[in-house]
Amino acid sequence: MSNNYEHKPKLVPYPSNAFVPERDLGKRPVLEVNHLGIDFGGLTAVDDFSIIVGRTEIAGLIGPNGAGKTTVFNLLTNVYHPTRGSILVDGMSTAGKSTHQVNHMGIARTFQNIRLFSNLSVLDNVKVGLHNSMKENFFAAVTHGFGYGKAEKKADKEALEFLDFFHMADMADAPAGSLPYGAQRRLEIARALATSPKIILLDEPAAGMNPSETAELMENIRRIRDNFGIAVMLIEHDMKLVMNICEGICVLDHGKVIAKGTPDEIKSNPKVVEAYLGKAKEA
Amino acid sequence: MSLFFQTLISGLNLGSIYALIALGYTMVYGIAKMLNFAHGDVIMIGAYSVIVTVSSLGLPPVIAILIGIAFCALLGVSIEFLAYKPLRKASSLAVLITAIGVSYFLQNIAQLIFGTQQLAFPKIINLDAIKIGSVQIDGITLVTLCVTAVIMVLLTLFINFTKIGKAMRAVSEDKEAAELMGISTNRTISVTFAIGSALAMIASLFYGATYTYIKPTTGSMPGIKAFTAAVFGGIGSIPGAMLGGIMLGIIEQYSKAYISTTMSDAIVFGVLILVLLVKPTGLLGKKISEKV
Repeated sequence: MSNNYEHKPKLVPYPSNAFVPERDLGKRPVLEVNHLGIDFGGLTAVDDFSIIVGRTEIAGLIGPNGAGKTTVFNLLTNVYHPTRGSILVDGMSTAGKSTHQVNHMGIARTFQNIRLFSNLSVLDNVKVGLHNSMKENFFAAVTHGFGYGKAEKKADKEALEFLDFFHMADMADAPAGSLPYGAQRRLEIARALATSPKIILLDEPAAGMNPSETAELMENIRRIRDNFGIAVMLIEHDMKLVMNICEGICVLDHGKVIAKGTPDEIKSNPKVVEAYLGKAKEA
Repeated sequence: MSLFFQTLISGLNLGSIYALIALGYTMVYGIAKMLNFAHGDVIMIGAYSVIVTVSSLGLPPVIAILIGIAFCALLGVSIEFLAYKPLRKASSLAVLITAIGVSYFLQNIAQLIFGTQQLAFPKIINLDAIKIGSVQIDGITLVTLCVTAVIMVLLTLFINFTKIGKAMRAVSEDKEAAELMGISTNRTISVTFAIGSALAMIASLFYGATYTYIKPTTGSMPGIKAFTAAVFGGIGSIPGAMLGGIMLGIIEQYSKAYISTTMSDAIVFGVLILVLLVKPTGLLGKKISEKV
């Protein structure tokens, strides 16, 4: 693994001991997590997890297998309700909210193993994502047909724009399950973006991708940040990807944060090397 | 030949009723992954609601039907909210037993209010029979067939092209992913129960018009048959419920006409067993692949 990256992000201190990218300074962080923890019976899966993510930051969450990374994502989306700690999305607490309400507050996510609605068309998958920004309800659907048709057309147009962003507008009518693997991964991101999030959580977006697909993914992640002006937080095992695009990295091991910082800081952190990157150095 | 066509018509009539009820079973199964065995009793409640509004209060049939539909939809949503929602994370067996409990509860409530005697179902659809050649089609049969066809078309459009329909399909595929995309699964499940129960109410109108008498246990048999139809067509599949219902009705009427009246139920269930042996997911059922 080469250590020469052109990518040298700079983090500046946010109020006290946390850091955000310089351009996000003075704006409220999109995600503020304090002392988050969850126990499953006697097992503590995640403990004392704190992180601040800037409004347009690309943040990385890394760690060895079983470190609790996906559990953190499940906690952030209230799929699991935390035993301890607090989560603020754009300053609002997610405590007691249901998963779909957390999505409405601005968190969207993708899954480690793709979970598209595979019997729905590609377009309909994105339209399901658009769901919460469409205002019609059941009765509107029944009562005013014309207005509804108009809203549907608008949704179609918007959904196509999301597909176009990932160069897959021509696949709109195919069933999502019939797409090739890489396209399914892109569709999952498009579907999540369609819920107009403030932060998108990507769970191993590069899993199973070849180097050229991974390069395209990195480009896409940057475009997501720049075009939508949102934050991205990703779990990834591909160190090249993480070190190349993440600004702040958080390393998790056995459910605890063992290091936080810029890619350079993380690479030179002996604790991280011991827990995680040690393996990569041998290669 | 006349018997053949006459039987076909009565089979379609009965099949339409089964199909309307089966839709409720299959939609609820597809979305909430549970068997709502109280669904048959919603038919009975729907029929009683017509007896109350038309026979006792003397309301015009159209108003009575609208009240009945609203009442049954509300009943379905309430049943889900009170009995099933608290069990969302419980084992499916617990939910199944609860559903059977709700079924008996509804039957006993009806018994308490209306007694065990059967009551006459008011004649609310007055339409002359028409004759095509030697085949006579009753007015009520004609209405049943037309209304069912229209409902099936509307429901298909609703499921495929509306926002809520899409949400329903999304929830039926992956509840958690749907939640994470901002869809309220609870609301989607409520809507499903409302639609299913409203369809059961409409089925009760045709059932009452065909069998003319209603008693508290009226809902059980059509309920079981419709459930069979849903399994026959492939539970969870909406076109499957339609096809399964119609086919079951036709098979039942042909068995009665050509083989034996007393054996007809045995034949119907025999056909079900055969279909499930050959195609365990039902006629239009989807293959269930376990994710590893």
